[in-house]
Amino acid sequence: MATATAALLDVRHLGMRFGGIVALDDVSFTARRGEITAVIGPNGAGKTTAFNCITGFYRPSAGGLHLTHADGRGFALAAMPGHLIARRARVARTFQNIRLFAGMTALENLLVAQHAPLMAATGLGVLAILGLGRYRAAERRAIDKARMWLERIDLLARADDPAGALPYGAQRRLEIARAMCLDPVLLCLDEPAAGLNPRETAALDALLLGIRDQGCSILLIEHDMGMVMRISDHIVVLDHGRKIGDGTPAEIRADPHVIAAYLGEDDESADALARAAAP
Amino acid sequence: MTNQGSPLRDAFLSALVALGLFAPMVGLQTHVGAHGIALVPRPLAVASLVGAVFVLRLAIRLWQGRRPAAGMSMMAGAAAGRIALAAGRARRFLVPALLALALLMPVVASRSTLDLGVLVLTYVMLGWGLNIVVGLAGLLDLGYVAFYAVGAYSYALIAQATGLGFWSCLPAAGALAALWGITLGFPVLRLRGDYLAIVTLAFGEIIRIVLLNWVSLTGGPNGISGIPRPTLFGLRFTMTDEPGTFAGFFHLAPSSAHRLVFLYYVILALALLTNWVTLRLRRQPLGRVWEALREDEIACRSLGINITTTKLTAFAVGACFGGFAGAFFATRQGFISPESFTFMESATVLAIVVLGGMGSQLGVVLAALVMIGGPEMFRALADYRMLIFGLALVVMMVLRPRGLVTERKPSVSLGGAARAIPAALIAEGRS
Repeated sequence: MATATAALLDVRHLGMRFGGIVALDDVSFTARRGEITAVIGPNGAGKTTAFNCITGFYRPSAGGLHLTHADGRGFALAAMPGHLIARRARVARTFQNIRLFAGMTALENLLVAQHAPLMAATGLGVLAILGLGRYRAAERRAIDKARMWLERIDLLARADDPAGALPYGAQRRLEIARAMCLDPVLLCLDEPAAGLNPRETAALDALLLGIRDQGCSILLIEHDMGMVMRISDHIVVLDHGRKIGDGTPAEIRADPHVIAAYLGEDDESADALARAAAP
Repeated sequence: MTNQGSPLRDAFLSALVALGLFAPMVGLQTHVGAHGIALVPRPLAVASLVGAVFVLRLAIRLWQGRRPAAGMSMMAGAAAGRIALAAGRARRFLVPALLALALLMPVVASRSTLDLGVLVLTYVMLGWGLNIVVGLAGLLDLGYVAFYAVGAYSYALIAQATGLGFWSCLPAAGALAALWGITLGFPVLRLRGDYLAIVTLAFGEIIRIVLLNWVSLTGGPNGISGIPRPTLFGLRFTMTDEPGTFAGFFHLAPSSAHRLVFLYYVILALALLTNWVTLRLRRQPLGRVWEALREDEIACRSLGINITTTKLTAFAVGACFGGFAGAFFATRQGFISPESFTFMESATVLAIVVLGGMGSQLGVVLAALVMIGGPEMFRALADYRMLIFGLALVVMMVLRPRGLVTERKPSVSLGGAARAIPAALIAEGRS
């Protein structure tokens, strides 16, 4: 298989239960390298649970998660401690409800994400306190990288403002930039377009396509179907913890199971139908 | 404070509460007479206090009624805000002024003031040490006194067993305290907020009770006496001028003031070392991650940060400075017993950190001056001084609930002066 379509993340028979509640039941799919893979489904379908399993916040009850880097190194994510999934396996994520360090500046947020390389340059912290060692150069590189990302998300002018004081859309972009400062091979985005206006969504489209084209694959949870159809290369549909669809955007749009799940569950669609029926 | 019925009725109710409070507290005085202790009623004192409350409450309500939009608390809040702004502008001069004052204290101050200065500086150092754990990393530690005790006993026991002096034992005292910080840290790291506070509180008590009961090692309630006093490059401070003493070497008349001045500069240097290390660490990745941990632990985990080791380092560094302060306490007193390491000490140090404004180095200094210096200054007020002190703390918490110095200075900036971050955005680590 060509490298462009090689499997990056292989999800095999993933199961997650909380007591008697089955959140994920035998879900299998593949996210390929260099693609944007969208995970969609009605509320409560298990999308965020799947994300939490992949990024190490939950330990799956069943099944396996296998990540393969471009150099052939493999990682069994289900068995790794949470922080090593980000550091070694290079899987970064954002959160549905934004989790920035609100009391720290945008720049500080991006520097915290580069903690591992910076810490390695401090010589166990002692040399850095004394101002010795390679720390100065390492910090300059980290700031340059942060500056590059701030420029890319159009926040350079607000680098020294606290993250909590930024507008909502800017916070969403900053959280993506913070995740990208880990140099991930897989970026997991949990509803990045939620609460954005159409112009901000269009800018987000461009940002995500740019990230994909520079070689970082994306796993995307999103309710904005317009955006999902525009930018995804591959879509996985979940409903009640089970996979009910898997294919290209065109295939998913025509899939009767998916249409049934959405028409049956989506409140907005039901409201629209009800309004159309009323005189 | 808008809908409380008529001002007269409100004032009457306040007076009633005052009567209930003051009748037993002020109305009855114990008097030692010929037939033992007798209770003497003081109706006049109670009546005047209750009357004052009635008049004051009525006045406040009438004043509020005249300006309905701006309530009392808002006015006070605005005033406090203006004070804070002025303080921010004065900060540039305040820090060098305080430092100069601290350096010149032994020259200008009387003996008792200098003694108080040593005490205040000890608490400043403890406050700065605890500030790393509570203010930066956001881990509520109610048992900080344990590390203070470990430092003091480590120094005392090592010095007694080996005959080494203060300066040789100081690193060992700090290292042992840090070791205990890590030992405590391991089991409690998965706890957060209130649960962490309870476990650390228990740890503080455990250390104290072990010290109290392990008589063969620690002397139990009798404590340890004859702890070596500090020396200046081997010169002892004694009341004679024989060779090998400070007075003898410099051909000075022996005076007990020499040792006090020396102790003062030792604790000043130790405190400034704590401050310097903290300020440096804040600008390093480690300190930045401590603050990130306070802001959002889950986000830290998603960024590949090992929360366990990060919390452990905060505990260890904080404990290490607590240990240094403990060793100093032991050498200053020459005698230690478990009674010096009660929960009250932890509470005082935590109050200093919280009153100062969590994470603020300057705030700790101001709060230590207020908390330790304040009650001493008002000794003339006798029994009323604790009442006034308590009242002052309550007023503080109403006007400035986030402490004296609330904003946070960014650790790094892209050119230009870093702007301070307002308190409302900063997390307190109780997530």
